[in-house]
Amino acid sequence: MKIIQCPYCGERPELEFSYGGEAHIARPEDPAALSDEEWADFLFMRKNTKGIYLERWMHAAGCRRWFNAVRDTVTYEFLAVYKVGEMPPDLDRGEG
Amino acid sequence: MASSQSQPNRLATGGRIDRNQPCHFTFNGEPLEGFAGDSLASALLANNKHLVARSFKYHRPRGIMGAGVEEPNAMVQLGYGAHTIPNLKATEIELHDGLEAESVNCWPSVSFDVSSINGLFSKFFPAGFYYKTFMPSQFLWMKVFEPIIRKAAGWGKAPSEPDPDSYDHRHVHCDVMVVGGGPAGLAAAREAAKSGARVILADEQPEFGGSLLSLNRTVDGLSGADWVAREVQKLEAASEVRLLPRTTVFGYYHHNYLCAVERRHDRYDQGSSSADPQMRLWHIRAKMVVLATGAHERPLVFADNDRPGIMLASAAQSYVNRYGVAPGRRAVLFTNNDGAYEAALDLKAAGVEVAEIVDVRQEATGTLPKEALEAGIKVSSNSAITAVKGKSRVAGVTLHKLGGNGQSVSGEGRQVACDLILMSGGWSPVVHLFCHTQGKMAFDEAKACFVPAKPREATLWAGAVGGSFDLAGALVEGVAQGRTAALAAGFEPTDGDSPVIASEEPDLGSLEARWVVPTVEPIGRSKAKHFVDYQNDSTAADIRLAAREGFDNVEHMKRYTLSGFGTDQGKTGNINALAILSDAVDRAIAETGTTTFRPPYTPVPFGVMAGRELGDWLDPKRVTAIQDWHEAQGASFEDVGQWKRPWFFPKAGEDIHAAVARECAAVRDTVGLLDASTLGKIDIQGPDAAEFLNRIYTNAWLKLKVGSIRYGLMCHEDGMIFDDGTTARLGENHFLMTTTTGGAATVMDWLEEYLQTEWPDLKVYCTSVTEQWSTVAVAGPKARTVLERVCSDIDLAPEAFPFMTFRDGTVAGSPARVSRISFTGELSYEVSVPWSHGKALWEALYEAGEEFGITPYGTETMHVLRAEKGFIIVGQETDGTVTPQDLGMDWIVSKAKKDFIGKRSFSRADTVRLDRKQLVGLLTEDPGFVLPEGAQIVIDPNAPTPIPMLGHVTSSYWSPAMGRSIALALIKGGRARKGDRLFAPLEDRTQAVTIVDPVFIDPEGKRRDG
Repeated sequence: MKIIQCPYCGERPELEFSYGGEAHIARPEDPAALSDEEWADFLFMRKNTKGIYLERWMHAAGCRRWFNAVRDTVTYEFLAVYKVGEMPPDLDRGEG
Repeated sequence: MASSQSQPNRLATGGRIDRNQPCHFTFNGEPLEGFAGDSLASALLANNKHLVARSFKYHRPRGIMGAGVEEPNAMVQLGYGAHTIPNLKATEIELHDGLEAESVNCWPSVSFDVSSINGLFSKFFPAGFYYKTFMPSQFLWMKVFEPIIRKAAGWGKAPSEPDPDSYDHRHVHCDVMVVGGGPAGLAAAREAAKSGARVILADEQPEFGGSLLSLNRTVDGLSGADWVAREVQKLEAASEVRLLPRTTVFGYYHHNYLCAVERRHDRYDQGSSSADPQMRLWHIRAKMVVLATGAHERPLVFADNDRPGIMLASAAQSYVNRYGVAPGRRAVLFTNNDGAYEAALDLKAAGVEVAEIVDVRQEATGTLPKEALEAGIKVSSNSAITAVKGKSRVAGVTLHKLGGNGQSVSGEGRQVACDLILMSGGWSPVVHLFCHTQGKMAFDEAKACFVPAKPREATLWAGAVGGSFDLAGALVEGVAQGRTAALAAGFEPTDGDSPVIASEEPDLGSLEARWVVPTVEPIGRSKAKHFVDYQNDSTAADIRLAAREGFDNVEHMKRYTLSGFGTDQGKTGNINALAILSDAVDRAIAETGTTTFRPPYTPVPFGVMAGRELGDWLDPKRVTAIQDWHEAQGASFEDVGQWKRPWFFPKAGEDIHAAVARECAAVRDTVGLLDASTLGKIDIQGPDAAEFLNRIYTNAWLKLKVGSIRYGLMCHEDGMIFDDGTTARLGENHFLMTTTTGGAATVMDWLEEYLQTEWPDLKVYCTSVTEQWSTVAVAGPKARTVLERVCSDIDLAPEAFPFMTFRDGTVAGSPARVSRISFTGELSYEVSVPWSHGKALWEALYEAGEEFGITPYGTETMHVLRAEKGFIIVGQETDGTVTPQDLGMDWIVSKAKKDFIGKRSFSRADTVRLDRKQLVGLLTEDPGFVLPEGAQIVIDPNAPTPIPMLGHVTSSYWSPAMGRSIALALIKGGRARKGDRLFAPLEDRTQAVTIVDPVFIDPEGKRRDG
């Protein structure tokens, strides 16, 4: 079980969190203006990256706030967390 | 050497057993005797019992091969009825007085086993047998092979009675977790403890010391055992150190989270109270982990290397030195390395005749081989055991000189009589835990084993797990890693430089890997079997077959041959298996890699995983304030989420049908009472609350008047319904939403998610108030009359208090909110009072209605009544693929609103299809027959299979109001099929049905005003 850094509460065990899928997929401002393909893309299509992935988490059994995380889907490592509305931090990862 | 008649193989002296504490035990019903300090295995060997088990597939006789958890063969069932535990290794069971154990895999007995006929037919049970049989013919598999195999195969029996023992869990944090209490682990724990770090040292054995308990070594001028005792004493005295003997760390997970099972007693039939549990599951979070898990000796893969009486050299050494047992009288050692010679020397010193040492290497020139020669032991190098005599116990061996680079035999065979064969193929570090965390390993060519190379977690390792098989190396690494771990965890060792722990041991020399030992006939051609994974009966020939048939990836080979499965998890067989595979496909072992080691390292009983979370403690049980009343009335309950809801209230002699019919009639004819407190309630406030609801629900909310109530459907962005309920406008910026009982938490999450992530600009606050309000529904023509008797400050006249509005007032002396909502179609009031007033409200209403025969009703009646009206239940008429339009609820989907969640999806090609499943009513031609829910509906039940299915029944009841059965169904293009005659093909009949409107009674809605 991993330890996840909640940006509001600090380190907490994974059990307290729920997962929210890929981050930075904003609900379209005007869904009616979208073609069926564009709307389907918003509804169903996710990058599902092997490697660095920006995703949403929620501290369900804690402060109940949503936040974003940069996670490596190969190693499961959380590289950074940041608040809703913020952009992902620049990660200077080097080799590792 | 042998002393006592009851324990013929017990040495006169030596061992860590207590000869003053005899233990009487039975094995397969036979009374035997051993001593405290014995394992079951050592006690069996003391009694000259080698044949203790049968193998899994061929039912070959099997003996004791190891002395610890690496044992693949000697699995037993421990007795004691409800306490019985299957599939324990005899080597890990501490002997105690009164112990009862039986062999597994044996029917009718270990010495006469009818299933060993599998062995005779083994040509027909090659590797991949299961796949090959299953693939072409499911019929043959299911009807012929599987029943036979199931009967003959399988290990021990699970207990059939409830577990009488108690278990618990503990969660701890520490700075340094040391896994393994051998020399390396003890040194690491000692050094880490000096710094003041919180240290946990766990070892699977009842006493610490690891290899030092079995080897003659000197440490710090003390015997190995004395040094262990001194170090353990010091650790016990250290305040920040926790020692966990009898504790197996079975899983190593992310962020240095380890799980360990502690066996708290030396017996398996104790620990039945919560104050004194039998076992404990430790959840450990460590800053640093030092793995000192040691190594397991490997077998040599030679012909019939599984006969009882063949054991690992180190195991024999353990039996002699640690347990004071001579496992045989005349031994042959078969080895590919110098180190194993020490076992022969130890056995000889204990009085066992060592007939010969057979070494596959061209020559053996190390210190230990020289000592063996000086001790007068015959050593034959460049030689091999090519055959084993004796089936249920070794009686002798055939030896050949090796030729052709060790790949073949040459010359004439030579017979040597013996009753014990020691084998040593080198050592395999116990890297299982390291691999659980996806640590990368490297293949050490000189030592012919995989060692940890690059950890994923904050992991260090010391001793044999890293390939340092010598004591000096283990101590040096233990000291260094203990100090490094403490430092990394933020603790400074206080005693300056690393101390050096002096030790004495023989030179363990070198090793030369020989993965398969040749025989006269080619491998796999004769009856002889070269076992690699003993527990799964996988042989060298099986692995080569796998490679030939294209399963040359190590993970494919594993599944094809079963090598590495079971409780053994490849402990002794893994390296041999992948080396043989690598050789067969001419690939480097490093390139082949290992299979994945998965937790648990050794089997973990379900009981200890469950811990205290049993029965009522498994899951929270939520009850309403009126629960006592329901129980006193003998209500039958159903689970709705975590809630207990009255299902129906049977009177004496009534079954569910009679009770529900009576309850339904009461609501339609007079008045009924429903506990609706479990419905989810969410208080929504803020200047943008109305706008928020307007976006969440499919219908319009901005203009809802204060004091009014509206029903709403919630959809996901894909347009599919996921919850429904009514919401009241309590004030301009204040709403109270109700949700389904089971959906309350999901809806709360949903609202919070949109407020936080999509519309953070909206000023809205949501609070769960489900358990703040008790709600009772009074429903039926007499509802108003009943309510009037307990409520004097609200005008209940229909014109003053219209449908879908609410009034605040006083009911039964409590402040109350009364809402005119109806889920039955009848005149109905939902009365909400503060939670703690719920029971008083219920009792007051009940008393007020007694004159009219007021009838409490449960969820089943509620379901029937709403189905008669064609009202949906989310989760019954919907399943996540149903839109409001599918249910004929277009009336609740706003055309005027520019956007709301789900709107855009209603115009997708898939959601506008005309042949989508739509909600309809069904009437069976046989009015007395109630269709099963889930029944499929077809046009022509005699059509060739597969018959096209039009849809399915979602709700189906006996309707007292209709005097017949009714059903709701989702049918493709259903609304256009009204009047069609369709069929429900069932197991024992085909029922004709007619499609009708889903509203069965009072379609005009006249009854709701009373």
